[in-house]
Formats: sequence, structure tokens, C-alpha cells
Amino acid sequence: MTDSSAGHEQQASAAQHPRATSKAHAMVAGKMLALAVGMFGFGYAMVPMYDIICEITGLNGKTGRVSIAEAEAAQAVADREVIVEFTSTINASGSWTFRPTTREMRVKPGQTYQTAYYAENLTDRTTVGQATPSVTPSAAAKYFNKTECFCFTQQLFEPRASKDMPLIFIIDPDLPLNVDRVTLSYTFFNSPDANSTASLSPTLTGFTQEISQ
Amino acid sequence: MSQVDTSHDAHHGDHDHHGPAPGLMRWITTTNHKDIGTLYLWFSLIMFFIGGGMALIIRAELWAPGIQIVDPMFFNSMTTMHALVMIFGVVMPAFVGLANWMIPMMLGAPDMALPRLNNWSFWIMPFAFTILLSTLFMDSGGPAGGWTMYPPLVLQMGDSFAFVVFAIHFMGISSVMGSINIVATIFNMRAPGMTLMQMPMFVWTWLITAFLLIATIPVFAGAVTMLLTDRFFETSFFSAAGGGDPVMYQHIFWFFGHPEVYILILPAFGIISHIIPTFSRKPLFGYDSMVYATASIAFLSFIVWAHHMFTTGMPLAAELFFMFSTMMISVPTGVKVFNWVSTMWRGSMTFETPMLFAIGFVVMFTIGGLSGLMLAITPADIQYHDTYFVVAHFHYVLVPGAIYSLMAACYFWIPKWTGNMYDEKLGKMHFWISTIFVNVLFFPMHFVGLAGMPRRIPDYSLQFADWNMIATIGAFGFGFSQLMFVYIIFKCIKGGEKATGEVWEGARGLEWTVASPAPYHTFEESPTITPNTVTR
Amino acid sequence: MRFGIIRWMLLGLAAAVLPSVALADWGALNMTEGVTDISRRVYGLHMAIFYICCVIGALVFGVMFYSILKHRKSKGAVAADFHESTTVEIVWTVVPLIILIAMAIPAARVLIKMEDFSDSEMSIKVTGYQWRWQYEYLDEGISFYSQLHPDHNAARQKGSDIDLSQFDNYLKEVDKPLVVPVGKKIRFLHTSADVIHSWWVPALSVKKDANPGFINENWAKIDEPGIYRGKCTELCGRDHGFMPVVVHAVPQEEYDQWVAEQQELMAANATQGERQWTKEELVAQGEKVYGANCMGCHQAEGQGIPGMFPSIAGSAIATGDIETHVQTVLMGVADTPMAAYGSTLSDIDLAAVITYQRNAFGNDLGDTVQPYQMKSLRQGLLQTNADIDQFNLTQGVN
Repeated sequence: MTDSSAGHEQQASAAQHPRATSKAHAMVAGKMLALAVGMFGFGYAMVPMYDIICEITGLNGKTGRVSIAEAEAAQAVADREVIVEFTSTINASGSWTFRPTTREMRVKPGQTYQTAYYAENLTDRTTVGQATPSVTPSAAAKYFNKTECFCFTQQLFEPRASKDMPLIFIIDPDLPLNVDRVTLSYTFFNSPDANSTASLSPTLTGFTQEISQ
Repeated sequence: MSQVDTSHDAHHGDHDHHGPAPGLMRWITTTNHKDIGTLYLWFSLIMFFIGGGMALIIRAELWAPGIQIVDPMFFNSMTTMHALVMIFGVVMPAFVGLANWMIPMMLGAPDMALPRLNNWSFWIMPFAFTILLSTLFMDSGGPAGGWTMYPPLVLQMGDSFAFVVFAIHFMGISSVMGSINIVATIFNMRAPGMTLMQMPMFVWTWLITAFLLIATIPVFAGAVTMLLTDRFFETSFFSAAGGGDPVMYQHIFWFFGHPEVYILILPAFGIISHIIPTFSRKPLFGYDSMVYATASIAFLSFIVWAHHMFTTGMPLAAELFFMFSTMMISVPTGVKVFNWVSTMWRGSMTFETPMLFAIGFVVMFTIGGLSGLMLAITPADIQYHDTYFVVAHFHYVLVPGAIYSLMAACYFWIPKWTGNMYDEKLGKMHFWISTIFVNVLFFPMHFVGLAGMPRRIPDYSLQFADWNMIATIGAFGFGFSQLMFVYIIFKCIKGGEKATGEVWEGARGLEWTVASPAPYHTFEESPTITPNTVTR
Repeated sequence: MRFGIIRWMLLGLAAAVLPSVALADWGALNMTEGVTDISRRVYGLHMAIFYICCVIGALVFGVMFYSILKHRKSKGAVAADFHESTTVEIVWTVVPLIILIAMAIPAARVLIKMEDFSDSEMSIKVTGYQWRWQYEYLDEGISFYSQLHPDHNAARQKGSDIDLSQFDNYLKEVDKPLVVPVGKKIRFLHTSADVIHSWWVPALSVKKDANPGFINENWAKIDEPGIYRGKCTELCGRDHGFMPVVVHAVPQEEYDQWVAEQQELMAANATQGERQWTKEELVAQGEKVYGANCMGCHQAEGQGIPGMFPSIAGSAIATGDIETHVQTVLMGVADTPMAAYGSTLSDIDLAAVITYQRNAFGNDLGDTVQPYQMKSLRQGLLQTNADIDQFNLTQGVN
């Protein structure tokens, strides 16, 4: 719309000013518009780019994932020990008990270990929960590999149900030498899509209406 | 001119050739760059007082410890809206208005390249801001998560959040259209013979600013669209629960946000680069290096964004990179300041109001720039971050920086716009009163910030009480002294000593070769530019 | 005209300086030097860059004002015509670069030191909530919430007539401070349960964002015993200004003693949930819990803020079916600031606050919820927060 009207507009002044043709304006405007549209796309492209950069640098503490075969074919076990510490946070969006079954472990990089997190639905409704992992220091994140993990998968809990969710991990022996302690933190959320569609919690409008009555 | 057949667009032809249409329709349908420039300038002046009113509500609440006037939630709305209005409603439209008025005249062009697009660019703005401001009166209130709109906090906002996002989209569309127009004008409408390196600095800085706008505003639009879908359509761009990351928003936002900072200041550099040579009666020192410095500031602005995020938990390598790149940006900025000082050196200076504002700009912008250098030092930034020290820093850059450049520009060019000289005595008074109060307002913020007062808080510990009280005095003094500015403008429009075409003794450039007031249509016949023509 | 300028300058100087001299608290002008090695280094960097900026400013402004005084037309100055000098341009590009490099090296050194998390001796997890902090001593199994002191909270309400000058540390006092030993490298783990917060203690030069779903770390080794106060520095909603941080740094023996006390206290609390509470007890406890958790949004009289936060006084939920009420508090309301309190409040506090809401602000239902009923409302074998921490404690190191 803008281009055609602008081009039309220009016929008059283009004639008055031989140096400026409507075609030239359309060219510049078109290029600029393409740049703008491209940059809008770039904004969205930053999302996957960010994930890739995070994977390479461990930027946001997202952990790596390897298959069991890869883990078993792992390099020689390193001759040092690091402490792996487990913590948990329960997001304010839900009512849960959620905690590691192990406070911390002394592990040898290159060797596979197993532990678990315990989760329990504290409400009397069927609820879907979901855990997100994060590792600190971020320099260690990409060396922390899991072969089995409950993260990012929706976990259905019957009312008041509980379960142990297993976690198998291996620390890459290339872990930088100045890291002597790695913290794995899980945050447990009410799964955003699974719960809001069910009639588990009143919607915002429903809630405010109810209150204002 | 007259030989041109405009019968295919008779209605439009009227506009172009016989002066403005009468009445209100003149302003609604206008495609004249001067009319649109005027509309932009009035719009931003009105928004300046709306945004300023919000600032006064903030400062009134901060007059003394304790909560006296507004609810903390409304306070947060005020800090958010104050920023959005001042950035998108005052500084940006005012620069676009000046660009509309001056760029065609500076280039010897009859109008902007895309006049009808120009009309659209402006008229979107009032609608965008009506939507934005109307959220304050909605049930769920105005945006209260800061102008940076970090999730997840901003996602707690009620349904009026959708209106905020749409308002931002409209502002963005307006800015991008305006920028496209400016780029097209600069590339295609220069008077025959005018090379890029003959362009005045204001045109150069605006060309670079326009590129920054076109490149970054869409990124911002994308970011707020992601917020919108996260809030209403259950996407998880920024929610860890769905595999997203709230910190990613900050990266995307500041990828826009840091260039945005330069969008707010580069045209100011251009304006100052006109005023100082004029009143020093001496050409701008180091024109070429000014152009290169502007370009390198623009380039560097794309690789420093994460210095707003030193406390978010970045890897060491990233912190070091962003610290170094941020420090680098002070080199071209320093070059500019040195150039201005050298322009004054051994000049023959007089101190009319525009010059006073320009000198005020150089001094106080430099103060803001130096505190910016302090903020670049990452370990120290961890202490400064999100305190009033930061508030002091960016207000020094934006108020006695960007706003002063706008005041200077108005005083500088208003004789050209109205044909009348403004009241010099009142203008000087306006400058001195503003300068005193603006420092009373913002200087103490350095102290409370260093002493540990966080920003965006409605109430504070007693140890900060004295400085906050002083700042509030400064705020009201500065705010009300701007009424003088309005009075001076009205007085100047109504009458006054008649201005010559040249207006200022040391004036350089094509805009001073036309009569004052500038006729409705200028440079319908192209001026001839040779390498020796003084165009800057 | 010149006289005019000078007159205004003098007036301005007077306006700027006089109130400052009269009122200013001169102690509150600069960054604290702090009590850790890192904070002192940071202070050193801050002062170094400040002095560099002062020198640059003095030079630039000196030249400029000399020029303004000397090269004015009224003094008969005639404009020179120079407008370029490559040499000068190169000099003022290179010299600042050298200054910057000289500054960047020590800054990078301090930064590298700050980011060295190795050899820590204890870990404390700091979780941000709207609007309080949870501190979990990961090795000791101690866990508690820390929020604005109730007296300050009452005083800061809009329209309160409480004289603020009675408080020595207005808005910088909490109900329960973080207690840490001096001389130990303490690792802080930062995360959040809702929005982004930022935990800042200036004296430790520690400031790190708490991002929901992600964990950050930071460390401090405090040299001197003392009380160090800070704030949340990331806008986190309505009461962002009201979530202070207070750190008590104490000698090791004192710290050990405190740990033992806390562990006893938590064991005692665990049994409190079993007994029958009277309505008065519940209401009294509930009022405290309300003040700490609900009042920020729902207001002192339960009136809420129309359009933003629903009222509790006379609301359909707080005067209706008790199970819906319990569920609302336990599970929160999606897409609103109403958090789910089921994981953060103990059964006692939940029972108390629900009872309180049903019997205050003109709500007059007369019914009570007992802590043990909360258990059955959730589930027979539920554990309180204290239980969770007991559990963590017994797990120990594998």
C-alpha cells in the first residue's frame, strides 16, 4: 500500500525534479522495507540462535544430553572427583513437594551415576507438572550430560500422587579443572498448556468476575 | 514547475502549488514536509508535558519517605509510562519533526521523497498514544513492569497488556515508515551536485539513525509480539516451564534497546554540530571524522547490548567482551566532544540561546557520558546496576542531552519557521533556570545511587531522604520552567523582531538561503551545487 | 545582558548549594567500600575510573571554558579558519584508547576473580518470591523466609500515621535475617519462584539476578562481623521496593550455635501441626501470615485494588465454599499474580490465614480450618516445609 501510493505521489515531483524518479524512491523504499521485514524475522531467528549459542557456551545453564551408548563409550574415567549438588525450586504456579533424593554426590568425570527427584502433587486435583533443569557454573553446563532425564516432559499426577523421577548423568572428563562443584537445579512448574486448558483453575476473567460479584 | 501536468492528481496538485488548504483539513490531509514537521513538533511538545506530569507524580511521591500519594502499583505504571512516553512520544517524534522540516531544506529538495507516506507516519502516532495512555484508565491498569517489559513480570499484567503491545506496534510502524522516507529523501532528493560528504551533519546523523531504526524497531516489534503470544496464546518463548528463557527476552530487547539509545542521541549530535559552528563563526572541526565517528558509534551500538545485563549471570567471556566493546564506544563519542571543543577554539563566539543550550548539551552530555564509562567497568557495574546511579546517568544523557539539543534546535530554527525572532532575554532565562534545576534534579541521584538506593521504588530508607527532597525540588523547578518555553514559542509565533533569511551571522547551509519564514514550498527549482557551495 | 547571566548563575549556585549544605547527609555520597576482598577491589576500580573521568572532564571543560572566555566576539575575537588536523584527530583517538586499555586490565582481573567459584565452603540457596526471600542452607537443612519487618510493613502502608523516624533502618529490616559465618567462602545460589528478582548486598558487592527456572551463583567471603543490608534491585511487581536483604555476619562459634537453635526450632514446628488450634490462635497467627503474604495486593482491610487485585472482604471465595477457598490459596490462579501458596506456606500458616480471611474484614463465617485438616485437604501423608527440610537433612552426602 505504502509503496504504490508513494510511487503515485512521486510522479508529480519527479517530473519537477529530474534527479528524483518515482522508480528510484520505490527502489530505496523497497530495500528499506525488506530490511525492516528481515529484521523482524531476525528477531524471531534470535530464538533458535540463542539456543544454539547456549548449547555451545552453556550460557543459560542448559545441560547436554547424550544417549546411553554414547555414555558407555565414554572416554576414560578422570582421576579426580567433583561434587555434584542437587537443588530444587517449586515455581509459584503450583503446589508441589519437589526435592532431590540426594543432596550431593562425589563423582568421577566419565562415570555414569543415577539419582532421582521426588515429586508429589499437594492438591486434590489431577495436575500436570514439568521440570526444567539448570546448571551452574555455566562453564560446566555443557559438560553435564544426562542419559535419562524427566526434564521438559509433562508429568501427570493423580490427586495427591507422588513418584520418584530418575536421573542418569555423566560428567564429561573435559570439565574445566577449576570447577570443583557443579550444581544441578530443577524448577518444578505447573505445566503451562496442560493445566490451563483443563478446568483446573478458573481463567483470569472467570476469576475476576467471581470476585467482583 | 508550471509546465508540469498535474491534472491526474488535481486535488493533490492544489496542495503542492497553491499553499496550504484552509482549516483543519490542511493538517489532516497535508503532505507538505513543513506541515508534517510542525505536527510532529507540536505532538512531541504535548507528550513532553504528559510525560513530564508523570515524572512529577513520581518525584512528588519520592518527596519524602513513606507512601503518601499513589499506590505502589500506580507508581510502577508511572515509571513505565514516563519512559515510554518520553522515548517514543517525545524525543523520537521531535527528531522526526525536525528531520521533516529541515532535511529537505538542507538538501535543496522540494519535499520528502514519499509525502503521502509521511502523512501516514505522523497520523498513526496520536492513535498509538491514545491507545497506550488509555490503558491507564482500564480495569487492569497501565503497564507497570518497566519500559523494558521484562517477562515474567510483564505477563502478570491484565488484559490491557494487549493494548500496550498494539500501541508499540503502531509506534514502530510509524518510526519505520518515517525512517524509510528519510533514507529515500537523502539518497534520491539531494540537489544535483551535492555529494554525501557535502551533506550537513544533521542529515548525516539522521541517515545513520534511520538505518538504526529500520534495523532495530522490527526486532523490538518481534520481542513484544512474542510477549503477546506468551501471554495470550500459550507460547513459551520466555517461560522456562515450556523450555523458554526469560533472559533471552533481555537479549532480544537490548539488541533493540541499545541502538535505540543512539537513536535518541545521534540526531542530537547532528544538531549540536550545526549550532556550535554557527555561533563560533567557524566551520565544524573535523567534519569527516564526525561522520566516521557517527557511523562507528552506530556499528558499535549493535555489539554492546549485554552491558545492560551484567547481573543476569553471563559467562565470563561474554562479560569481558561486552565490557571491552562498551568501553570502545567512548572513543568515537569522545572524538565528537573534542571536535566540538575544537570548533569553539579560536572562534568568535556569541551566546544566543541556541548556543547556550548547545554548550549546556556538551557539558552535561559529557557528564552523562563519563558516568557511562564508569558503568562500562563490569565489576563496578555490578554495584551500580539498577540503582539511581544509572537513573542519573541516562537522565544526564537524555534530558540535558537529547532534550537540550531539541530546545537548542527549536531556538535555532524557529526564526526560519515563523519569520520572527524569539524573545532572546526570555530564552536565556529559560536556559539558565532549566540548567540550574536540571542539575538540582539529577545530580543528587548519583549520590543516592552510589549509596545504595535501587531504582523503580516508591519508598526508600531515611538516609536517602535529603537528596530525594532536593531532586524533587529540582524536578518541579525544571518542569514548571518549561512553561516558559511554551510561552516563548507562542510569543514568537505571534510576532517579534523580523528575522532575515540568514537569521544568524555565522549561519551555513542551504536552509538559510531561503526567506524567513520559509515559504510553504521551497527549492521547487533545484539549487545548483558545486564542490565550493557552502552546504554545511 | 552579561550582568543578567551572572546574576542567574549566582542564583543558581545558591539554589543548588545551599540546601545541599543544610540538609545533606554527607555519609551517603559514595559507594561503600564493603567488607570483602572483592568489594574493596570493586571500590578501588570505582574510585580509579571516577578520578580518570574527573581528569578527562577537567581537561575538556577547562579547554572549553577557556575558549568560551577568551574567544568571544564581544572581546573582539576574530574566527580562525582551521577545520581539520589529522594529527590532533589521531592523538585524541589513540590517547583515550590507551587510557581505556589501562583501565580494562585491572577491571578484567577483578572480574575473573569474581567469577571464580571454586573452593567454596558452604552453600546457601536464595530464592526470590513476590515479595520475600527464601534462604535454604543446603548443608545444614535450614530453610526459612525473610521479608520486610512487620513494623516497617505497617508503617509503609499508604496513609499510615506511623512516624518513620523511629526506625533506624526504615525498609531495611527483615523479620528474620540471613545469618552467615565470617571468614568462609559462601556460595549463593540464586533462583526465583515467580518473576525476576535480584539479590543485592552492597557491602559484599554481590548482586545477581534470580531468574525463574534458572540458577545463578555468586560468592562472598566476609571479613568482619556485622549487619549488612541490601535490597531487591530488579523490578518485581508492586512491592519491589519492600523486599530488603539483611545479612548478619557472625563468628564461627556464634554461627554454629545459631544453626543448632534453628534445627531445634524446625523440629518443634513440625509437631505443632498435629494439635487442635483455637479459632483465636488461628486468627492471631493468620493475621501475621496475611500481613506478610497477602496484604501487598489484597490490602490491609482486605479491600484489594479494584481492577488489579480482587478484594477478600465480602468476596465470593472467602465467604463461600471452604474447599474452593483452600484450593485458591493452595493452587493460585493462572495468569494472575495470585501465586500458589501450597508449597511455600506450612499447614499451620495456610490454615491460619484461611481462617483469618473468613473471619476478618467483615467476613463473619465463624468456621476454622485446622492445620491437620489442611493435611487431609491436601492428603493424609503430606509433609510440611519443615518435614521437607528434615528430609534433606537426613539424606546427607551419599
